Amino acid sequence: MADPTAYDPLGAAGTWRRHRAKLVVYALLGLFALYYVVPLAVVILNSFRSLPDFSRNGLISLPHSFSLEYWSLAWSKFCVGGTCKGIEPFFFNSVAMVVPATIISTAIGSLNGYVLSKWRFTGSEILFGLMTLGVFMPGQMVLLPWARVLGLLGLTNTIAGLVLIHCVQGLSFTTLFCRNYYVNIPDDLVKAARIDGAGFWRIFRKIVLPLSPPILIVTVIWQFTNIWNEFLFAVIFSSGTNQPITAALIALSAGGMAVHQYGVESAAVLMAALPPLLVYLFGGRYFLRGLTQGALK
Amino acid sequence: MTFGFVSGALNHSRPLRERLTAIMPQLVLAPSLLASFVYVFVFCGWTIWISLSDSTILPDYSLSGFHQYVELWSNVRWRIAYTNLFLFGSLYVVGTTAIGLLLAILIDQRIRAEALWRTIYLYPLAVSFVVTGTVWRWLLSPSTGIESLVHQLGWTSFKFDWLVNREMAIYTVVITGIWQASGFVMALFLAGLRSVDPDLIKAAQIDGASMPRIYRRIILPAIGPIFVAVLVVLLQSAIKIFDLVVALTGGGPGIATTVPSIYVYDLMFQRGQMAEGAAAAMMILFALSLVLVPYTIWSNWRLRREAGRG
Repeated sequence: MADPTAYDPLGAAGTWRRHRAKLVVYALLGLFALYYVVPLAVVILNSFRSLPDFSRNGLISLPHSFSLEYWSLAWSKFCVGGTCKGIEPFFFNSVAMVVPATIISTAIGSLNGYVLSKWRFTGSEILFGLMTLGVFMPGQMVLLPWARVLGLLGLTNTIAGLVLIHCVQGLSFTTLFCRNYYVNIPDDLVKAARIDGAGFWRIFRKIVLPLSPPILIVTVIWQFTNIWNEFLFAVIFSSGTNQPITAALIALSAGGMAVHQYGVESAAVLMAALPPLLVYLFGGRYFLRGLTQGALK
Repeated sequence: MTFGFVSGALNHSRPLRERLTAIMPQLVLAPSLLASFVYVFVFCGWTIWISLSDSTILPDYSLSGFHQYVELWSNVRWRIAYTNLFLFGSLYVVGTTAIGLLLAILIDQRIRAEALWRTIYLYPLAVSFVVTGTVWRWLLSPSTGIESLVHQLGWTSFKFDWLVNREMAIYTVVITGIWQASGFVMALFLAGLRSVDPDLIKAAQIDGASMPRIYRRIILPAIGPIFVAVLVVLLQSAIKIFDLVVALTGGGPGIATTVPSIYVYDLMFQRGQMAEGAAAAMMILFALSLVLVPYTIWSNWRLRREAGRG
């Protein structure tokens, strides 16, 4: 397979070529970085620019004015879908939805993963397969049934209803992640504990849980960002002041304003993007490690 | 480790507490199992049933055959939506994979400040489609974005109106979709590149193979399974695409960028044509199964082959 006449990259004659190659690499990296950074930079700059600045210099421009006013307007005063309390109530709707949904679905997923990896019984593999089917279920297939179930439970247009949806929907992911991670915990550890008389819960608390932080971090980040960013269920099963922030953002920019308040909208967009971005900046490393180690195997 | 369900549950001579302990794993699993069963089978069956009925605003449970599907496919708007799905899906998958792979290879060249570059490419992953769509709408809109910027710089005949151009609008969805997902694909490929045995590469270099050749003949074949995983992840996100289109184009101009999920939403919740909406949802499930069934068979085959090798 080797071609003896081919260019040898380690040869002495290659120094100039190597430098040129490095240059090309950095140029390409820089070019792509622009593609990724420009949208974020534009929104951040725009959230500080005044309205006349926009009409004079357009949307993509360095700031000719600076004001923090739009952040406070967007947070607590701007009108979204009929109420003029800014983005704040919708932001906290999202918080009220994402915190319980993330905690509950992660806790259940962890327990399920523990059962499905360390307490297998006849048919448990098939049950595991069934639970992971939920991972691929398109939201459109469950919209009508959820509408009916939420109606029956009296949870139509409530945050609790959305929490329920995200728990059931997220269960398949969290179970899959945790089960695939716990499978790698040696069975002998569990066996030894059983011989010592430890039961189901004791083994979970003393052996499995202390080994869990890496996968729990992955699961929490995954659930948090997905639920925070989710839009389909949010826009269908909530309305008015009960909407999470993603749905409110669409309502805000589709509000039929005579003049677009780009400063306010930019600030609102950043508020909606900030929590998952922070989670990613602080937890991204763990997330990638976990994803490449377990979840995609 | 196998603990029999039957032996624990049916042994009536033991005290209740002991019996409870014996079936604890099943008890813990039961609520999730029930939820999953309802979610996957009952909900699915429900939607299938509705798709075979004449339901409009309220559900009507008398079956009336497949005519909703006939109706669906005779609708121009639905055919545009499905065509868009194929157009968007294929360009999005190819573009994202190509850029993701290119970035991964570039980053793998022992560059400086690697973590910084990675963070830049990857952060869109954490941003919602709604945010991405809103921001890119501003950038791509001719009156506010790139076109007006170039006009201000003096090139007044410059035209970049894809967002409001019927023929081209779907490509703006592709551009923003790639922006969102390519960093994630890069991360997956990078992890794959790093897992290739360095001795193999060294051996090829000693044999005098050039770097492009080493990539083509050794490294890329070694990360084949990652290609498949990337493909499946991207395809299913393309099939489900909804928020990005709503935020970027709203399905417009006109109906130029309608996709199946928007069509389903409109029929079910805006126009009160529940049965036809359910039939459209079934078509989304069908498209997904075209991707996932072969993938499941393939990965089972691979697992078995690996198990066979020991």
